[in-house]
Amino acid sequence: MTEHVVEIEGLWTRFGRQVVHRGIDLKIERGEVLSLVGGSGSGKTVLLRQMLGLETPRRGRVRVLGEDLHACEPGVLQELRNRWGVLFQQGALFSSLPVFDNVALPLRELRVLDEGVIQELVLMKLEMVGIEFRHASKLPAEISGGMVKRVALARALALEPELLFLDEPTSGLDPDRSESFVTLVEELRRELNLTVVMVTHDLDTLVALSSRIAVLFDGRLVVVGTLREVVHSEHPFIVNFFLGERGRRALEAVWDTLGLGKNASRGKP
Amino acid sequence: MGEPASSSRNAPDLRQTVAAGGERRIELIGAWNLAALGQRLPQLRSRLAEYALDVSCSWDLTAVTVLDHAGALLLWRAWGRRRAPRLILKPEHESVFDNLAKPRELPQPPLDLWATTTALGQKVIGLLDHLFGATALLGQVMIDAAGLVRRPREIPWREISASIFRTGAQALGITAIVGFLVGVVISYLSAQQLKQFGADIYIVNLVGVSVIRELGPVLAAVLIAGRSGSAMTAQIGVMRVTEELDAMTVMGIPHTVRLVLPRMIALAISMPFLVLWTNVIAILGGMLAAQTELNIDYRFFLSRLPEVVPIANLWLGLGKSLVFGAVIALIACHFGLRIKPNTESLGAGTTQSVVIAITTVIIVDAIFAVMFADVGIIK
Repeated sequence: MTEHVVEIEGLWTRFGRQVVHRGIDLKIERGEVLSLVGGSGSGKTVLLRQMLGLETPRRGRVRVLGEDLHACEPGVLQELRNRWGVLFQQGALFSSLPVFDNVALPLRELRVLDEGVIQELVLMKLEMVGIEFRHASKLPAEISGGMVKRVALARALALEPELLFLDEPTSGLDPDRSESFVTLVEELRRELNLTVVMVTHDLDTLVALSSRIAVLFDGRLVVVGTLREVVHSEHPFIVNFFLGERGRRALEAVWDTLGLGKNASRGKP
Repeated sequence: MGEPASSSRNAPDLRQTVAAGGERRIELIGAWNLAALGQRLPQLRSRLAEYALDVSCSWDLTAVTVLDHAGALLLWRAWGRRRAPRLILKPEHESVFDNLAKPRELPQPPLDLWATTTALGQKVIGLLDHLFGATALLGQVMIDAAGLVRRPREIPWREISASIFRTGAQALGITAIVGFLVGVVISYLSAQQLKQFGADIYIVNLVGVSVIRELGPVLAAVLIAGRSGSAMTAQIGVMRVTEELDAMTVMGIPHTVRLVLPRMIALAISMPFLVLWTNVIAILGGMLAAQTELNIDYRFFLSRLPEVVPIANLWLGLGKSLVFGAVIALIACHFGLRIKPNTESLGAGTTQSVVIAITTVIIVDAIFAVMFADVGIIK
């Protein structure tokens, strides 16, 4: 039996008169890194929020780790929420808590661990994301944007989740940090058999991490597949996104494996 | 494809076995991760501690399906922060324990013996700083206002009118309710006392003077400080959090001209009108109570009111309210501009702003009472 970590069936989302999603079907398998791609305002983040149960679908079903988010018991939902980690776009650290307490919060909320264990686990997570311990007592307002992002990742990983949601994980990071972030996620994925769902604009991250890519356009998923399958699609948005000037540069390293022919070919093979 | 749900279903456990040679061995089974340990953790911890006392036994972790940092840490601590001498484990779990061996210390902040004294000193300095800051802000607003008089085209009319609408028109309901009830209560309680002396008609003096001179302006000011003052502080504070204030600065738009001045002018305009409105409603309430309690006719009440309450009282009340309005807006903006970009500061700043604004209103009212002690009182 192949179990899907996330299963979306016929999802419609509407805000007032604005229809964001028009019938989305998506299945995410265990251990894969699925990237959601699309233009600004195409509803990527909203789709991610649907998977987190932060929005209510107008029509359709969202199942995460086998549970229907809108039809399960509150207790089940709570357990489910301890099995995933979320990295929000702006980090969403609690601004009145120091870095240490931000990461410790989900561990403390379990109410079974003693303070000594919590401290060691927190320090381990901070080390994992490359935050020096002397920053642990600082407030989120006192550290840089890139550090906020890494602390937020440490918090998302605090409960050692099976499923990790990343919303624009590398935006606001310098190239070096982006690179180490990509390596980190890749390592974690292998070590913890993590499934990652990621919304990103960053082509380099996309190419480096994704095992599959889902392209959102005009409220629908136009293509879902590996990078190779996606770049062979003839949808105008995809041609623009992947085979434009920036896209070509990002794809340069893997160009030969994609079977797109020589660089000279404009757009399609 | 691993079996995911099973990892939470196969519960972590341990058992002690004795091999043929008399060697004791402790076998761990199941998933030793945070999700699976959950509520069983305290019980497992005590059993681990018990088994770990016997150093001669060996530990077999080969049947463990999942091992995460939390699970490994639990074992590590039971073994006294080192590897158990005879430990058999899966090769993929090796790295988890290697990782634990590294020392990790949270740097402790140096002990400060003078902390209490420093904190007290900082409070005093903070108070002086607030006084100085508010005065400087008032001065800057004055300078800007003088500048705008010379360049009337730059007066932020839209901001002023929007502020008047928010702080004035939208506050009519709440001031009316409070004014009416206070009018009724004052009148009713006074009526009980006046009845005893047969001085029924003095109800007009009592209600008239107290409402027009004191209660109307102070009540409205306190309500507005709570309602509009807090809103102003929070609004400006959120602008700090979202860097809108910095955006204004780099565009060369001074905060005082666009944020502070319009709010001060707007509140100085809307306060007197609100006070007038509150007065009318409160006297209406007073009249109603006087009618029911003392059987004093409305027409008599109204015709006697101008005779016993000199018009100077009304001007004094309205003049005060103008000052109250400007003071509330100034304090609200002062605290708003000082909010730091975090949620705690936003909450603390808003609370402080309201408390200080109300206190200042009462202080200013007392100053007025002393200054105008001889005005509008019939002796």
